[in-house]
Amino acid sequence: MSTLVKQDNIGDLVNQPVNGFDSLRSIAKNSFNEQGLPRLKSEEYKFTAITKKIEASISNFSQASAVEVSMESVNSATFSGFEGAKLVFSNGVFQPRLSDEIEGVAISLLSANESIPLGSIAKPEKDPFAALNQASFQDGVSIVIPKKTKLAQPILLLFLNSISEGQIVQPRIWIEGGDFAEATFIEQTVNLTETSLFVNKVVEIKGGINSHLHYYRIQNEGKNYIEASNIETDIQKDSTFSTVLISLSGDMIRNNLSLNILGSNSEGNMYGLYLLNGKSHVDNHTNVDHTVAHAESNELYKGILADQSRGVFNGKIFVRQDAQKTNAFQQNNNILLSEDAVINTKPQLEIWADDVKCSHGCTTGQLDEEALFYLQARGIGKTQAKGLLLYAFAGEVLEHIGDEAFKTYCTKLVEERLGAKF
Amino acid sequence: MSKDNQILEELTSKEYEHGWSVNYEVDEAPIGLSEDTIKWISAKKEEPTWLLDWRLKAYKTWLSMDEPKWANVHYPKIDLQSLKFYSAPKQSKKPKNLNEVDPELLDIYKRLGINLNEQKRLQGIAVDAVLDSVSVATTFKDTLSKLGIIFCSFSEAVKEHPELIKKYLGSVVPITDNYYAALNSAVFSDGSFCFIPKGVRCPMELSTYFRINAANTGQFERTLIVAEDESYCSYLEGCTAPQRDENQLHAAVVEIYAGTHAEVKYSTVQNWFPGDKEGKGGIYNFVTKRGICAGDHSKISWTQVETGSAVTWKYPSCILKGDYSIGEFYSVAVTNNYQQADTGTKMIHIGKNTKSRIVSKGISAGKSQNSYRGQVQVMKRATNARNFSQCDSLLMGDRCGAHTFPYIDINNPSAKVEHEATTSKIGEDQIFYCNQRGIATEDAVALIVNGYAKEVLNQLPMEFAVEAQKLLALTLEGSVG
Repeated sequence: MSTLVKQDNIGDLVNQPVNGFDSLRSIAKNSFNEQGLPRLKSEEYKFTAITKKIEASISNFSQASAVEVSMESVNSATFSGFEGAKLVFSNGVFQPRLSDEIEGVAISLLSANESIPLGSIAKPEKDPFAALNQASFQDGVSIVIPKKTKLAQPILLLFLNSISEGQIVQPRIWIEGGDFAEATFIEQTVNLTETSLFVNKVVEIKGGINSHLHYYRIQNEGKNYIEASNIETDIQKDSTFSTVLISLSGDMIRNNLSLNILGSNSEGNMYGLYLLNGKSHVDNHTNVDHTVAHAESNELYKGILADQSRGVFNGKIFVRQDAQKTNAFQQNNNILLSEDAVINTKPQLEIWADDVKCSHGCTTGQLDEEALFYLQARGIGKTQAKGLLLYAFAGEVLEHIGDEAFKTYCTKLVEERLGAKF
Repeated sequence: MSKDNQILEELTSKEYEHGWSVNYEVDEAPIGLSEDTIKWISAKKEEPTWLLDWRLKAYKTWLSMDEPKWANVHYPKIDLQSLKFYSAPKQSKKPKNLNEVDPELLDIYKRLGINLNEQKRLQGIAVDAVLDSVSVATTFKDTLSKLGIIFCSFSEAVKEHPELIKKYLGSVVPITDNYYAALNSAVFSDGSFCFIPKGVRCPMELSTYFRINAANTGQFERTLIVAEDESYCSYLEGCTAPQRDENQLHAAVVEIYAGTHAEVKYSTVQNWFPGDKEGKGGIYNFVTKRGICAGDHSKISWTQVETGSAVTWKYPSCILKGDYSIGEFYSVAVTNNYQQADTGTKMIHIGKNTKSRIVSKGISAGKSQNSYRGQVQVMKRATNARNFSQCDSLLMGDRCGAHTFPYIDINNPSAKVEHEATTSKIGEDQIFYCNQRGIATEDAVALIVNGYAKEVLNQLPMEFAVEAQKLLALTLEGSVG
């Protein structure tokens, strides 16, 4: 779909030699050259001029490599109340020295095991940024949770970025959950420098039979943060995969989240909340592919947009011919708080099977005047009442976070934002 | 119940009932498209220079455009150079009234169930009958002209009311709009023109009946409806074509202008030849339809029942420019066998307190693909805009597809926009309930589908609603079991 453009600086990254995964890198390079960087004419990036944004904020592109990070900064970056194992990344590169070891889980640098089929889930031909990452990532991590291993505590993926002008951070993660495995991942990014930066992240998750994986994320990196992320998951039969994404700030963020349901009796849940102000631009593209019968997917994305922020939501649900008896639900609700806020939403259903129940809904509106009046009539000030109602609106997403500490942390940030804003 | 019985009775083994064709002498443009073809058409129609210039400008624009590829339809590339762009029944002189029209042509319409003889007509509908590239007859002209209403063929309007045509032609759908609109602007042959003066409420339904008869011919007609302030009219469009093995192209443009407090209701029952069971033949229907609610409190309502054509690509739209203006879109799109439909609407909210409502019901059966593609856009100044969209799909059989592509773009915080969509199939319990009461499965399906589409069918004028119900049953025939 993308129009082919003359390769500029950031595209040149694919030509820089990196060791390891030679054949996978060359496939990705070809795929990237074929697609080019997305421009506005590209349907998938219609409302998100991310290439333009990167070019306007960053120049002299180069690949960031890991820098020395102290244990203190790791500890202070970790959100309060976290209990579990930490995996630390410096400028996208995994740091075993700073990371915890987890009993029963095999954690290794990608470079240590070239047989990992990178790109088999997040295919480079699907998105130019996925291709760019695969062609030029420095080193990533592989996390393998063996069969029947149930992790009681979550794993924190802590990305610390400390870069100088023009450096691009490209984390690459491969997660494998064996049959009957259970695990929770939390992703947090902390910028230690103020420089504008571009993060191009790819996470591939492979779930086994009857596996139960959860992936929670928070994006709150301030106005100089540009990100393109591709997170794609394959799940087999009898398994569940749930994800919650809380976006609170950022210059321009594009999240591609895809779930391929490859076995029956599985369930996929995707929840998202984008609470934006200033000039933040957050674009969520989700994709659920039902390829087999008897599976279920739920999707709920909610947005509150203030100031000159912009929200984009594009949710695709594919129900293939063999995916009879599928139940797929998708909902996107938005509240616009200012004259200059914009929302572009496109809930898309593509259905080839007849015995299915699929629905999507999408609303854009304001706070209910009557609800506001009700609260005011009971002596709650207008500002507070508004905050309360907005919090209730956002709460529907927050409640799906399974980890208590992370939930408390996110809830506090949302409360602060809504209280401060109104 | 009696009406339903009648519908069920007509569920016989017939396929496409309007598939016949008639041989008559014709005037045809040479095959292919070039500046000369356009000049030939223009000369044939004795058009003024300004219109020829306008056509040539459109042709130049068209040359620089590419065929749109984004629609969810697949068809072999159309070779425009092998088409004839003009085909008209030969008439020795221009008929002054119906009595002078070639009886053979009148007979075609009689067979289609459209009686052009005013005396014999009971229903109050004025008809403009378009055969291939020209309008053959327009009824009730005199009655309408007493009220100041102009209802005639497009070519006649160009000659008699050039000032109106000049003012409104291309004002809603500019020649640069899209590939097929530009093509239509360059080569359009005829169509209907309708003008309702200020304060007049049109007493009867106005109607155009399009019939493609000739082979290897594209039909490019242009309809322009102008409703001045405080006027009202209801407009019907019907279409059929003979059953032929090769695909035929139909690329029309419809423009509607509604002034302050004016209301226009546009209803279409599309019954082009959809191709046979193997997907051979059928009409390619690439149509641009758009209305502008230019004045405050104006209203444009589109109702469509799509059963025909092999490939449909059509988005009747409303530009809600006037404050408090209203746009409506009601659609039932049925696809069977190998039909493909990519249809929907665009509601562009520009004025304050504008409202729009979209109800789209898709039914796919056989191996067909049915897509809803719609856009609701609320501009920055459109305070208090309100939209409600509902698009439901019904799937029959496991080889068909239903797709929804709704684009919702909001730039104003006071907008209230809701969109909901569901996809499902006819419940086994519903069929069982009917079976139990002695209704055969096929009849039960017809019954349930009619109930499903009722919300849209109710919007159609009476005569059309009955027709549409029959059509629905017929299109879906054989799709069960």
